[in-house]
Amino acid sequence: MSIQNPLKLRPHTDDRPGQRPGAALPNKMTARGVTVFYGAKQALKGIDLDIRENRVLALIGPSGCGKSTFLRCLNRMNETIEGCRVEGRIALDGEDVYGKAVDAVQLRARVGMVFQKPNPFPKSIYDNVAYGPRIHGLASGRDELDEVVQTSLKRAGLWAEVKDRLREPGTSLSGGQQQRLCIARAIAVSPEVILMDEPCSALDPIATAHIEELIDELRANYTIVIVTHNMQQAARVSQRTAFFHLGEMVECDDTEEIFTNPRDERTQGYITGRYG
Amino acid sequence: MQLTLLALVLALLTMIGFLVGRSRAAASVGGRVAELHSVPSYHGVYVALWAGLPALLLFVVWTASEGWLALQLVLSALPDRLTTGDGQSVSLLKADILNLARGIATGREADPLVVEAARRYAALRDLAGWSLLAVGASIAVAGLAWGSRRIGPDLRARPAVERVVRVALVVCSLVAILTTVGIVLSLLFEALRFFSVVSPLDFLFGTHWSPQMAMRADQVGSSGSFGAIPLFAGTLLITVIAMAVAVPVGLMAAIYMSEYAGRGMRTWLKPALEILAGIPTVVYGFFAALTMAPVVRSVGEALGLDVSSESALAAGIVMGVMIIPFVSSLSDDVINAVPQSLRDGSYGLGATKSETIRQVVLPAALPGIVAAVMLAVSRAIGETMIVTMASGLTANLTANPLQAVTTVTTQIATLLVGDQEFDSPKTLSAFGLGLVLFLVTLCLNMVALRVVRTYREKYD
Repeated sequence: MSIQNPLKLRPHTDDRPGQRPGAALPNKMTARGVTVFYGAKQALKGIDLDIRENRVLALIGPSGCGKSTFLRCLNRMNETIEGCRVEGRIALDGEDVYGKAVDAVQLRARVGMVFQKPNPFPKSIYDNVAYGPRIHGLASGRDELDEVVQTSLKRAGLWAEVKDRLREPGTSLSGGQQQRLCIARAIAVSPEVILMDEPCSALDPIATAHIEELIDELRANYTIVIVTHNMQQAARVSQRTAFFHLGEMVECDDTEEIFTNPRDERTQGYITGRYG
Repeated sequence: MQLTLLALVLALLTMIGFLVGRSRAAASVGGRVAELHSVPSYHGVYVALWAGLPALLLFVVWTASEGWLALQLVLSALPDRLTTGDGQSVSLLKADILNLARGIATGREADPLVVEAARRYAALRDLAGWSLLAVGASIAVAGLAWGSRRIGPDLRARPAVERVVRVALVVCSLVAILTTVGIVLSLLFEALRFFSVVSPLDFLFGTHWSPQMAMRADQVGSSGSFGAIPLFAGTLLITVIAMAVAVPVGLMAAIYMSEYAGRGMRTWLKPALEILAGIPTVVYGFFAALTMAPVVRSVGEALGLDVSSESALAAGIVMGVMIIPFVSSLSDDVINAVPQSLRDGSYGLGATKSETIRQVVLPAALPGIVAAVMLAVSRAIGETMIVTMASGLTANLTANPLQAVTTVTTQIATLLVGDQEFDSPKTLSAFGLGLVLFLVTLCLNMVALRVVRTYREKYD
């Protein structure tokens, strides 16, 4: 059974002609045999996955399949959860992120994260974006910090809306603006990889469209991994898609392949809406 | 006796009312309860309320007016020569009648007319009691009959019952408000009496406090001086010392408990801190007077300082220790209430734990922490026993924490201890102090509320 491009896939015009999108790019991050336990419960079973540089990788799958858990392994955010144990190897530019020499704090500055629910800090818009550069000492002096804040807000597509109200609390923004503020906040520390955990699930369709456009623009400079429940979204924003099911990575391929020609029965069942 | 009987009768009738209402409601639709507007138990409560409420209202009005009415009746029968006179002699007469009626000897040879009046008064009260019982019971029965007659499929019993419940809730909240108003008014009137003797300016800005009044005209050295500045200064000094101990320690403890402590540590640390709040303040007083004051004194002497044996420092430190659990427990709750998503957001940007706590968690928890500190300040200002025991009663005007000072509450307590005449400025000055204390804590609470609200608007 074949599926007639049900999700209106957009052709990736910026990829080199004659080549499958994302095929020949270097791997930014690699995961090998990643296994995660929460206490005695096993959440991930030996995940192998490559994350290509300057591409968007979408993680899809039914609730509880482990895709968020995998995402949180990539920047060691799982360590803030009590009783969580990670096995296997995850490398960033070839270096093991769980190695003894790597500090989780430094890792997270290189692998930033945007969360499901917009979570601006109880500070002004300016201070929200300046938070990361300040704690990492990325800007020396007021002017440089202003510059970083402005660039980050511009990249997040929020500058025009907030440039006259930088001193207002971040919480005074609308939900979609808050999420773009959180993206700006993540960009401000100039990470190499940005992890997004269902970044649009708390937003309305217009704000969602905004964020999706933004993700597409951001991939020019960053490597992005996005968890989503919305398969149209995965199809719209990603070049590669990985399907997770019950703690296993069932298959990972170019997004177009996954949605038009899935190899595994479970993937097909999920994307055609038979379950999940 | 009659009252107990009436209460029993009313309870019984209300219960019967409930049962009758419920079964009549079911019977009125032949057991098909779904056809009723309200479920049967609402009908039961409806009838019970009809049986109980009117009788209860009568009881309240009756008992409020009965004694006064009976006394007026008795007084009007007495000859004018006894009932006219200045206010004092009439109130004395009334007191005599009441005492004689209760069988308490007045200590004076009683006028036979007064004895007769007292006998009549007692008889009237007895009669009134029995008639209240009779009237109350008949009203309850009538209410029960009226209520149960109205039962039917279309009776809107539930809205009626809920209206009564709402009124009852309003009455309960009014009780709290009216009590407060009453307390404030009584404080105000007594304070006004005080201020008619002592000028408010002397009281508020005078620097000498010595409330002893002369008993005899020729007594030496007790002119009475009511300058309350030393008391305010002493209160401020001790409160500042207490907060200097309680706020940093309490806040740090709260941060440790909510952010760093493991589950095992937390399960015993928090209750242990809360036990500290359960220790009676008198016990803290012992500790301050017998342990802390000598320690402060010997440390001071070792440093070559002149420390009095009762010092503001000792009292303030112990008071601070007493307040630590307030600050820590409340702050711990507000810090825990800061959403995990904010912490995640900060960690996700590569912030360390302490950066996250200082720059994200504490600002988010600030309104709650401010509220906790304000509560602790009110508590410190109101604390009496520790100061009484550890810092003494000497009204020194000093900013030196090594000297003995006294506080507003301690003075109020000492002014009102023992037998007092309630018309001397010495006793009345307690009400003046009480009024000031009340106003200060009121302002403090209002400021705290304002602060909390401003930050809420900013952060939530």
